[in-house]
Amino acid sequence: MNATVKPVLLTIAVDRAAGPVVEGEAVISTEGFSPRYDLDRWTGVISKPGHKLEGVSIRDKILFFPTAKGGIAAGWAFHDIKGKGIAPKAFVFGVTNPVMVQGAIFADIAITEGWSPDPLAVIRTGDRVRVDPARRVIELLERAP
Amino acid sequence: MQLNDEEQAMQRGERGPAVKEAIDFQVAVGTFFGAKRFVPISNAHMMGDIEVMGDAGLSRLKQMAEAGTHCAVGITTNARCVDFDHVKQLGQVEDEVEKERQIIAHLRQMNVITADTCINYQTLYQPHLGEHVAWGDTGTVIYANSVFGARTNFEGGPSALASAITGRTPEYGFHLDAVRRGNFTVELDVDPSDFADWGAIGRLVGEPHQSYYAVPVFSGPGGAPLRRAPTSDELKHLGASLASYGSHAMFHMVGVTPEAPSVEAALGGNTPTDRMRITREDIDRVYAGYDVKDGCCNLVVFSAPQLSLFELKRISELLDGKKLAPGSKLFVTTSNAMKRSASELGYIGRIEAAGGIVLEGVCFYILQDLTPMKQRMGWSSLVTNSAKLVNTITAHRFNTILRRTEDCIETALTGAVK
Repeated sequence: MNATVKPVLLTIAVDRAAGPVVEGEAVISTEGFSPRYDLDRWTGVISKPGHKLEGVSIRDKILFFPTAKGGIAAGWAFHDIKGKGIAPKAFVFGVTNPVMVQGAIFADIAITEGWSPDPLAVIRTGDRVRVDPARRVIELLERAP
Repeated sequence: MQLNDEEQAMQRGERGPAVKEAIDFQVAVGTFFGAKRFVPISNAHMMGDIEVMGDAGLSRLKQMAEAGTHCAVGITTNARCVDFDHVKQLGQVEDEVEKERQIIAHLRQMNVITADTCINYQTLYQPHLGEHVAWGDTGTVIYANSVFGARTNFEGGPSALASAITGRTPEYGFHLDAVRRGNFTVELDVDPSDFADWGAIGRLVGEPHQSYYAVPVFSGPGGAPLRRAPTSDELKHLGASLASYGSHAMFHMVGVTPEAPSVEAALGGNTPTDRMRITREDIDRVYAGYDVKDGCCNLVVFSAPQLSLFELKRISELLDGKKLAPGSKLFVTTSNAMKRSASELGYIGRIEAAGGIVLEGVCFYILQDLTPMKQRMGWSSLVTNSAKLVNTITAHRFNTILRRTEDCIETALTGAVK
């Protein structure tokens, strides 16, 4: 991979992080997330009526959520959606809860918590970003066309 | 994390590969949260059913069981997604039901008690003040932290299982004094009179304070104790709703929960970030906020959490000698043990005579095959007295309506919702 040579347009520092380095398309949500309440775990599409991301597929995306909702389900559910091939590449949370972290680590999906600056102000859905948990940074690589 | 000799031996694989895998996973989680060490636990409670685990989870569990994985402390299972006596009636997929049987067998092989209940805190295990446990689902966690003063984080299935295998959990979150202190206050200027009222309060408080680390301190007006202390079932509905809407893991209630002799003591020096006051009007606004569509509803559910014996008794009394509206379905879910007792006491007979269906060992929103079931049965609106259910079932695209218990029964008997 030649990912490391791409110029970085902007860097977001995160407080806590785990998992592999990943690159992908950002999806920004102003609403929190629960795999139980919000996600159709058979298609990978956000299915809760009225959710800010209703109808959006999370597959291979880098998902930005301000908060976590619920829930114990994520413990197994992230592992399940990864097995089904519909998992995102990373979860980026403002504030998360332990189960999201346990679930992401169990499924080997990158996860971060806490951010500065707030991605809502600087990242847009469709932008290409890299999540580097070991360095505790999220890097903006390319603006959406 | 600082590991003691025993934990280092586990990490080196000296207690076997299953223990090593479990502690490596726990260390990764503990490191994320900056935990300094492990604390021993006395009890674990885990979610593990095919609806949430999927084929990948089942295969992982099979590997673990075949590798000789053995839980070292008492561990029970949460509600599952199949009641084997109602598979045909609900039209659930036989392949998935068979997988659920396999999960149960693998768990038992690993020394897990497959009790299949989300009300373990009422029926199976009541930890004492300060006792460290590793529990999930969220309703069990918030009850343990708040009402018992025990200490647990939200533990997902793999994490609770890992805790039972190693007998410990990383010390972060609600194992720590500082995290347990209240950080906003809620004055209840209302006398809640139904489980749905308590659930509505949970929604009013949780929704605008959505954070795992938000810890509300409830009191009556002026910080006094409530005019009437809630029962265990009322605390259950409040906690389940707070955990669901707010992702909260703990609340204090002055004069009721053990770490809240007063508002000040519960805050432990924190300055409240918010001061809420809730009145009857606020609760009524919650009820008014649900869209009843055309006023017809053929599905009423009492579930989430499973019903206690007291709740089953009440439902049986409300249905005694009556019949559901033609085409209407009424579901009640409870634990295996509660169903046995309620059956002997005649409560189940009364509910079934009215046309109700009592499911055991399950919770409604996690039922296997629920979305296709909804379509097959022609369900659209769902009426319930559980604020948690209203929230948790939304991915299946039900039009959910929270109502008081007696109003739910009325809907089941008439097919109409007001």
